[in-house]
Amino acid sequence: MNKQPLVEVRNLKEYFYVNTGLLKSTPLKAVDDVSFAVHKGETLGLVGESGCGKTTVGRTLLHLYKPTGGEIWFNGKQIKTRQDVREFRQKTAMVFQDPYSSLNPRMTVSDIIGEPLDVHKLYSNKQERQEKILELMNRVGLNSEHANRYAHEFSGGQRQRIGIARSLSVDPEFVVCDEPVSALDVSIQAQVINMFDELQDEMGLTYLFIAHDLLVVRHISDRIAVMYLGKLVELADANEIYDHPLHPYSKSLISAVPLPDPKRARENKRIVLAGDIPSPLNAPSGCPFRTRCPYATDACAETMPELKELSTGHFVACHNVEKIN
Amino acid sequence: MALLEVNDLHTSFFTPAGEVKAVNGVSFFLERGKVLGIVGESGSGKSVTAYSIMQILEKTGKIVSGSVKLDGQELVGAGEKVMKNIRGNKISIIFQDPMTSLNPTYTIGHQLMEAILLHTDRNKKQAYDRAVEMLKLVNVNEPEKRMKQYPFEFSGGMRQRVMIAMALACEPDILIADEPTTALDVTIQAQILELMQKLQKEMGMAIIMITHDLGVVAQMCDEVIVMYAGSACEQGTADEIFYNPRHEYTKGLMRSIPTLDNEGEKLHPITGTPIDLLNMPKGCPFAPRCDAAMKICLRQRCDRMTINDDHVASCWVNVRNSMENNNQEGGKAK
Repeated sequence: MNKQPLVEVRNLKEYFYVNTGLLKSTPLKAVDDVSFAVHKGETLGLVGESGCGKTTVGRTLLHLYKPTGGEIWFNGKQIKTRQDVREFRQKTAMVFQDPYSSLNPRMTVSDIIGEPLDVHKLYSNKQERQEKILELMNRVGLNSEHANRYAHEFSGGQRQRIGIARSLSVDPEFVVCDEPVSALDVSIQAQVINMFDELQDEMGLTYLFIAHDLLVVRHISDRIAVMYLGKLVELADANEIYDHPLHPYSKSLISAVPLPDPKRARENKRIVLAGDIPSPLNAPSGCPFRTRCPYATDACAETMPELKELSTGHFVACHNVEKIN
Repeated sequence: MALLEVNDLHTSFFTPAGEVKAVNGVSFFLERGKVLGIVGESGSGKSVTAYSIMQILEKTGKIVSGSVKLDGQELVGAGEKVMKNIRGNKISIIFQDPMTSLNPTYTIGHQLMEAILLHTDRNKKQAYDRAVEMLKLVNVNEPEKRMKQYPFEFSGGMRQRVMIAMALACEPDILIADEPTTALDVTIQAQILELMQKLQKEMGMAIIMITHDLGVVAQMCDEVIVMYAGSACEQGTADEIFYNPRHEYTKGLMRSIPTLDNEGEKLHPITGTPIDLLNMPKGCPFAPRCDAAMKICLRQRCDRMTINDDHVASCWVNVRNSMENNNQEGGKAK
């Protein structure tokens, strides 16, 4: 595969300031010092539990939030000025989790899909706009006769298709998919997952695929990044991370996935973590995972381990990774 | 005698748009100490089946016909007085969303003790002790301190533990778990499932596990009912359902989920969308989405047919296959 990075983030930080007292605010470090690259034509899966910052990474990456710190590079160019952001947004798009709240109920399907075209002025006359919209609808498997209907007339799976058509309307190179199938029923999930695959082949798209369903992520991703409490803890090829997870958190996360196979489920040795994920407002010092980690040592409390490349393409952030494995 | 016997249960909601047959002829037995899974997509009637057993349906919902027998006692039509004694005492339920199923204005202790005081002869002191004991049982740290706290001070996983403690406080015979881990993260889900398995072994109760996650079913259940559009299309032991599915819908479900083995392959989705319960067809409800549908599927529903001792399915394809097999054997004999 072409290993040229399309999107790259370096030391990305996103802090939200939360009022914790009368005149006091505390930074909530939703994303703290995260660096990774997404290569052209690949799908990078981003997994982690709720509150770990995976959605924030996706949104900050697209400049939906202004980054607190760090750099975002696209096609070898850093995104800095407003003009950069504008151009960048024309080449990127986002698909949201909830197909119910992410579509304006007062707009028809053709207006929803056409809005990005209007914003970026991507057509010369009305007819061209209409043609583009109908083509997009066909592309995502929607009946183009339904262009003048409203979102509530569609089922969940079809709404997600509308959301996808909207994101494709700017002819993007890079799409952030934020839990695009979690709200869908199992039988519909597979339809949408297959569509993501096909669109990638046809249009040469690059995806950042955010999800918490690890089997789905493994299915669709080339590489997978695991996040915990705002930090990236492991990054490797999808199969590698499943077969040989190195970070203790990834290990427990992968072992906790309920397998749809009774015999394997019975044999599967789950590593059950004690406790809950700590509040990001009051994150532990050093490695954020140390409070739940069975292997934590004093060093873990002091410094956050760096993301090191242990074998080709397999990055782990853990002080004790050699000892554990 | 089975602990719970559900026979040809029909539950409908009477809406302004018409009658919605949410549960359309479900039958099963539940033995003591067994875990029964009910799987299906949203709108397939799995939750309504559970609510019908507990008789906690919304006002528009009604059990139209069928019977629910607990230890031989008929519950349908038994009246509110009988049901009050059964709910929380003999049969308990935990709901999907631990965020909304606890009352935010009362302490955890108050809510835990309420059930105990209502259903047992314990006095307040004894009820308090029992509540603390239950919190310990579900691995809540510092139970005495937690008793005085309000639900907002608990995380999602902790709240679900409290719900489990509450459901089990009166040692019910049956625990109904309605998507108990859907709102939780994977690692917390693992904790809760582990806890439920442990408690089930210790207390020997039966569990009805309602879920859409085939992974959870594979891990927890002895027996499985697959529901589609209000009907049980297939039921049997977990191994039979997963390794020998005999209804086209179940087969479709198994093909459409990513597993460890089909990595890199295309998924085979079920085409179309779930059926509109207001416009149910005469034939098999799955026929419009079924690739193997035959003429008879559109005209007539298939009855429950025994595949083997542990397995029944309602699918005409099985009939066709067995007829073809017979013909082949017959041909060979000639």
